[in-house]
Amino acid sequence: MRDRSFAPSRILIYLVVSLFAAAYLAPLVVVVLNSLRTNEEIAQASMIGWPKQWAWSNYLTAWSGFCVAETCAGIRPYMLNSTLITIPATIFSTMLGAIAGYAVSLWRFRGDSWIYGIVTLGLFLPQQMRLLPWTIVLRDTGLINTLTGLVLIHTIQGLSFTTLFCRNYYVAIPHELIRAARIDGAGFFRIFWRIILPLSSPILIVTVIWQFTHIWNEFLYGVTFTTGQQQPVTAALIALSAAIADIPQHGVQSAAVIIAALPTLLIYLLGGRYFVRGLTAGAVK
Amino acid sequence: MPGVVRRLPEYLMIWVPLLLSAAHLISFSLWTIWISFTPSTLVPVSGWVGLRNYNAVMASRNWQIAFDNLLLFGSAFVLLSLVTGLMLAILLDQRIRGENVLRSIFLYPLAVSFVVTGTVWSWLLNPGIGIEKLVHDLGWTSFHFDWLVNRDMAIWTIVIAAIWQSSGFAMALFLAGLRSVDADIIKAAQIDGAGPIRTYWRVILPTLWPITITVVVVQLQFAISAFDLVRALTNGGPGIATQLPALVVYDLMFQRGQLGRGAAAAVLMLLILLAVLLPYAAWRYVQRRQATHA
Repeated sequence: MRDRSFAPSRILIYLVVSLFAAAYLAPLVVVVLNSLRTNEEIAQASMIGWPKQWAWSNYLTAWSGFCVAETCAGIRPYMLNSTLITIPATIFSTMLGAIAGYAVSLWRFRGDSWIYGIVTLGLFLPQQMRLLPWTIVLRDTGLINTLTGLVLIHTIQGLSFTTLFCRNYYVAIPHELIRAARIDGAGFFRIFWRIILPLSSPILIVTVIWQFTHIWNEFLYGVTFTTGQQQPVTAALIALSAAIADIPQHGVQSAAVIIAALPTLLIYLLGGRYFVRGLTAGAVK
Repeated sequence: MPGVVRRLPEYLMIWVPLLLSAAHLISFSLWTIWISFTPSTLVPVSGWVGLRNYNAVMASRNWQIAFDNLLLFGSAFVLLSLVTGLMLAILLDQRIRGENVLRSIFLYPLAVSFVVTGTVWSWLLNPGIGIEKLVHDLGWTSFHFDWLVNRDMAIWTIVIAAIWQSSGFAMALFLAGLRSVDADIIKAAQIDGAGPIRTYWRVILPTLWPITITVVVVQLQFAISAFDLVRALTNGGPGIATQLPALVVYDLMFQRGQLGRGAAAAVLMLLILLAVLLPYAAWRYVQRRQATHA
């Protein structure tokens, strides 16, 4: 049944698969083409079409020109915000998750399985259950409407995923390795640094890709806890759509969408294998 | 004591992040549950109103529509993305050329944010500028595809966008499952004279049901808390036709200043989620016990 001959059934398979591939690619192609058409051209025809003249200037306008509310700085400040939220939160949550995963899988201490069980409940608890408490915590610490506040949220909430990923990876490391190192007098940090970390690159890549993608794409906390110039790019895209709903500028908006999606798309293209591994690891919890 | 002092950094490193994470999960949940029983409106206040917030939320038209939409959206989305994902996985499993490229194409939407997906589909499905306009411009002027602005059909636009975004996830898990089917079983079926369709139906697909359950649970979890996608695609409209629970929670908490009711709606969301997750957890527990006893 798995032959390579070109029977009619094989042709049918290729036909169906190609049709699906086209359907999955179509939205991306449409937006990329739109980002290169002028607003006027799109307004006259439809969103779906080939550029008559290549409007590269859309990208310049989207990056630093168009106006949301009274500020006309394009999408650049929001891209910067998202970067300043995503990179620290990814690094912190991955680092702390690696240490926590190492502690609960290989070091073992009193109450480890209890606390690990509670932490992984975070994979399931809806964000809506945490919205009000985070509002109060951020307000009382003066972190509301700051990037630091969102870094804090994503670090603490990300721990549920990062600890799970790392713990599931580290349980496969033989305990004898740790025991031998302890007999030689190595402590918690020394073992982590010398033995665990050098073995960790696959799981750290998976975790970093997963965290980066999720934090970059996050919207609810961004739109709830920040306003105006402090918003991440996902929230800014929604504000942009609302701001120019009266006089649509679909060419520029398409360019803004492409810019906003580019970081996670690039990471997917470069680390697709690890991206998929994260998906499946996250599913089999 | 010097031992403890010397080991203080490692205790801090182990306990502080884990405790922060566990403490925020427990205290935040309990606090939101508590608020749902108080008369809080614009600010949290103490007091006890029993189930009044819950009754008010469940009696509201907003919530009833959101709940009905969730049932429709949840079942349609999960079912269709299972079928799509399984079909793509079976097709990719036929040793076809360019499998890696195709797999990347089916999975890339997962790397994009729901805001981007929702925005793009809101353009494509908008009858004034999207597919309908294109078909009209091509000459077929009686063509109608106005689901986005049609009260009865708008929820299906969310189903379409959600399937586009995440059926690749089902495909990836199914494909991994298909690849792990024991080759000897397949060979035995073929020797017994089973054709390819019969082999799939009788021998290979039955081994996939644990994966199917996992996919269903993960996708349902997404459907129950769907927010970004709806916000970007329809924003609950036209009117409140595509309202979903997560939007009701947000609306009550941050637009109407009804913290007590918003918290009650959030707890209701959690209960819906538990109705899915608890049976799943029980099933996983039984499976694991069987695995260790076998």
